[in-house]
Amino acid sequence: MSDAQTMTLEEREATLGGVGTARKRKEDVRFIQGAGNYVDDVKLPGMVFGDFVRSPYAHARIKSINAEAALAVPGVKAVLTAADLKPLNLHYMPTLAGDVQAVLAEEKVLFQNQEVAFVVADDRYIASDAAELVEVDYEELPPIVDAFKAMDEGAICLREDIQGKTEGAHGLRKHDNHIFEWEIGDLEGADKALADAEVTVKELITYQRVHPSPLETCASIASMDKIKGELTVYGTFQAPHVVRTVASLLSGIPEHKIRVIAPDIGGGFGNKVGVYPGYVCSIVASIVLGIPVKWVEDRIENLSATAFARDYHMTGELAATKDGKITGLKCHVLADHGAFDACADPTKWPAGFFNICTGSYDIPVAHVSVDGVYTNKAPGGVAYRCSFRVTEAAYMIERMIDVLAQKLEMDPAELRLKNFVQPAQFPYNSALGWEYDSGDYPTAMNQMMQAVDYAGLRKEQAEQRDKVARGESRSLMGIGVAFFTEIVGAGPSRNCDILGVAMFDSCEIRVHPTGSAIARLGTKSQGQAHETTYAQILATEIGIPSEDIGIEEGDTDTAPYGLGTYGSRSTPVAGAAAARVGRKIRAKAQKIAAHLLEVAEGDLEWEIDRFKVKGLPEKEATMKEIAWAAYNNLPEGMEPGLEAVDYYDPPNMTYPFGAYLCVIDIDIDTGESAIRRFYALDDCGTRINPMVIEGQVHGGLTEAFGIAMGQEIAYDELGNVQGASLMDYFLPTAVETPIWETDFTVTPSPHHPIGAKGVGESPNVGGVPAFSNAVIDAFSHLGVKHMPMPHTAWRVWKQCQELGLTK
Amino acid sequence: MIPGDFEYHRPNSIGEVVSLLSTHGDEARVIAGGHSLIPMMKLRLAAPEHLVDLQDVAGLVGVSEDGGAITIGAMTTQTELIASKVLAENCPIIREAALLIADPQVRYCGTLGGNVANGDPGNDMPALMQCLGATYLLQGPDGTREVDARDYYEAAYFTELKDGELLTGVRFEKPVVGHGYAYKKLKRKVGDYATAAAAVILSMNGGSCVSASIALTNVGDTPLYAQAASDALVGTALDAATIDQAVALAESITEPASDGRGPAEYRTKMAGVMTRRAIEEAKERAQ
Ligand SMILES: Cc1cc2nc3c(=O)[nH]c(=O)nc-3n(C[C@H](O)[C@H](O)[C@H](O)COP(=O)(O)OP(=O)(O)OC[C@H]3O[C@@H](n4cnc5c(N)ncnc54)[C@H](O)[C@@H]3O)c2cc1C
Repeated sequence: MSDAQTMTLEEREATLGGVGTARKRKEDVRFIQGAGNYVDDVKLPGMVFGDFVRSPYAHARIKSINAEAALAVPGVKAVLTAADLKPLNLHYMPTLAGDVQAVLAEEKVLFQNQEVAFVVADDRYIASDAAELVEVDYEELPPIVDAFKAMDEGAICLREDIQGKTEGAHGLRKHDNHIFEWEIGDLEGADKALADAEVTVKELITYQRVHPSPLETCASIASMDKIKGELTVYGTFQAPHVVRTVASLLSGIPEHKIRVIAPDIGGGFGNKVGVYPGYVCSIVASIVLGIPVKWVEDRIENLSATAFARDYHMTGELAATKDGKITGLKCHVLADHGAFDACADPTKWPAGFFNICTGSYDIPVAHVSVDGVYTNKAPGGVAYRCSFRVTEAAYMIERMIDVLAQKLEMDPAELRLKNFVQPAQFPYNSALGWEYDSGDYPTAMNQMMQAVDYAGLRKEQAEQRDKVARGESRSLMGIGVAFFTEIVGAGPSRNCDILGVAMFDSCEIRVHPTGSAIARLGTKSQGQAHETTYAQILATEIGIPSEDIGIEEGDTDTAPYGLGTYGSRSTPVAGAAAARVGRKIRAKAQKIAAHLLEVAEGDLEWEIDRFKVKGLPEKEATMKEIAWAAYNNLPEGMEPGLEAVDYYDPPNMTYPFGAYLCVIDIDIDTGESAIRRFYALDDCGTRINPMVIEGQVHGGLTEAFGIAMGQEIAYDELGNVQGASLMDYFLPTAVETPIWETDFTVTPSPHHPIGAKGVGESPNVGGVPAFSNAVIDAFSHLGVKHMPMPHTAWRVWKQCQELGLTK
Repeated sequence: MIPGDFEYHRPNSIGEVVSLLSTHGDEARVIAGGHSLIPMMKLRLAAPEHLVDLQDVAGLVGVSEDGGAITIGAMTTQTELIASKVLAENCPIIREAALLIADPQVRYCGTLGGNVANGDPGNDMPALMQCLGATYLLQGPDGTREVDARDYYEAAYFTELKDGELLTGVRFEKPVVGHGYAYKKLKRKVGDYATAAAAVILSMNGGSCVSASIALTNVGDTPLYAQAASDALVGTALDAATIDQAVALAESITEPASDGRGPAEYRTKMAGVMTRRAIEEAKERAQ
């Protein structure tokens, strides 16, 4: 007898390493030994390097560009400018948001560090030296930095290329610097709720411009084989298949002659969804020169020129009864998109899924409107570790709930409990049009409150406030509560597409004769451990140990078409395809097993890794045996092999949720905040790998901490980007990062094949309001309603000073 | 983030360094740990055509005691300062301050000489050297000379160091046995330069302060020796009113820039808070 036959059920489960196992991350073996293969590790024979000449000004007219001196430098191969791209119709490229973005600036530059020319040379040093020699003559123009002034009467038109166009990709443009207005909900109803309300609150809540700042900056290598007419592009792509389609549409090269490869990616967080001028220029340069061209950004370029996130100015209004029942919500957003609308949202959603902003609450009527405007800042507006504009929505509602609680003199946790969508209301149709699939908010909230001894914390806070008032302490205590609902897993083809491609995803699997397998998916891990977790989903479905299932993504020549990884869509969409492809394999395996065991299919039952004959437990066929038989001993007429493919179009999004709590101590004299405690309860439905989930939560909370307490891409009044380096842009190190306490409940998604919901982004969405609420809560007894993020020491000190607390 | 072209020299003696510097004039720069210079070169804020590496130059490393004085060679790294027994016993404020510089990776390379010679107002060691009343030992084509740390800094990146000159070390008198000290630094995160920092050394006798020395980091375009604030402490019991007065005097000499750490007003106030905390801790530590 083989080992497999003598093992106990528990041993077989352990060997399988399927769903629910805290299996170690398979990819870490290479990552922690420095053996990853990132774009900059790829070196092709004869490869040359590109570097940009960038604009020093936020807004200026280009009077002339002279590349002679640069071209004279030995080793310089080419200098591309808009004039070279224009005949190819490539000086502008389409954005995912239906706008166009300059690849190389033609008549004007619209933000500091905008790409003006692309210098190609034998090595990076020569390219950099030569870039300094390109002479660009600018005439400075007044910049628009403040989004609130973009639509002023007489404001200078930024985008002369679309000047006077009153129709944009999303309807009417009210001003030359207006991009779109997006409106949803019941305006009349919301106005009436506010007019009739016993209590109303209104607050301008700004979510500052931040940057996803992945450790690996953006990069690409294009290699055009002129003889075969084939283009290969390596790049930092969260969505390689879409990049190939766009490259084909732009270049006219047939799609089957383009191969896009996203190798290991060192973090993306939304920064690597869009298409950048660097990608286009490396491709054009390779097509022109016929040799491979590499482009790698440096840190400053990444922070100042590739996609930012947020920059939403949200005016929230809530209507409520005196005893705290919310009766209506209204929100207007002024969205600063920078110089081009390069948001990475599903095409029909110019403000993403911001209409999830009713949050976890049963709000009967609501209205949202969003005005997008152009300013002289870098383009972007990506979903930084969140589903499209969901973290903005969660921040707005979670701040507004606290503002309302303060006005009602009610505890913020109690106010939340009072307004939750109740478990019996699921599937719940929100006032702004979403169908929440499942949830149990009160249980999660109560579990959190018990775990942290919420009542005890409030008591301690009251005592601490007294001590400060008596002059016995210089430390303020804040308690931040946040309860978020995310909307992830875009998405159903009826409402989600990117440039017309429906947002399905896919999995293809091939089981080998010896009982191991290779599976390929249309998503692309950037650190999320897909190689580990997809194999677990498949292991449980097909009874082959996860160790024996290889996972590949990111090569458009081998992987099935998919829309990539962002918006927590991998598990909800591609993970579902993996489960379903496994079921196809198991269905065929069952037929083979019936043949091997000479019984009818219906006489078989599944047990971990094999089929057994009902009532005759010793008669069984393991998956290993079945895999072998698939290649040599099949039922009459059956096609050999054991392969399947599944394209999954999800019926709905999934709605993970969570209850977070943060306790903060503020040093009144310096304004420094110390995170004393952070508790995070996440409900992401079925838990595929608890250890990976915990890691994702730790990472997301650390980013949320960075955003709330320090991150900002700021501009001065001339549009000069401030502090675009890691000295100023706050990436917390292990020293600053608080200790995270994690917890969970499990409310499976009813429509997902294994009930999983996606978790990678939840902690960013829920974490930011928890930190921010904690800081502001520390001052709430002194009448403070809101404080702008990031809550840096000086800003918090300023608040202390305004309240007369400082010496 | 790609530096320009340069030629690299690796001499073995101070004499060779001085002659290389004389030959190449202002096209040459010495490089010590490289952790200030290389970032500036990558940003192309500095573009020296000749780099003269001090790594192999004999006689520039180490902490030595000579009676009441301590001499530290210019190429002594911050890590070596932290590990030095002589400093831990005689002048522990150096260890305290060095531990607040950047992170271990930077401290393995960064040297005392590079830190004080450069004239970067963000560096922590210059104010500390002023607090200690240290003397800088310089050597150039015309031989050696000494300059007080309190006289060395003219403006950001402008110092008394002349073309062709090298800083070979620093020397200072040991602070008295039983002195109190503290280096207090407010920063946004590990690896950050100070929002404001204060170095305080004082000594007490029978409940009265007999000597005091205060200097401030990164709240002006040079390190600032707070003479008046120091004087205000001497002869007092370091009571609350005296400390308030010293803090106000320290704040009054600051002229910080506004930057990502906060506006000038905040940084001035933080210089005050750091001064207050450093005096209080030094008082507690004094025997
Ligand atoms: C991320 C980061 C964070 C940092 N944070 C801090 C901090 O918080 N506090 C702090 O104090 N420092 C900080 N530093 C700077 C660090 O301490 C530097 O290493 C130090 O300031 C310079 O020493 P160096 O040996 O590296 O000098 P180098 O970079 O080699 O040289 C610096 C300059 O001094 C000149 N120079 C060097 N040695 C001599 C000499 N013997 N004679 C004459 N001129 C000389 C060089 O020509 C150059 O102009 C930080 C650095 C980094 C990279």
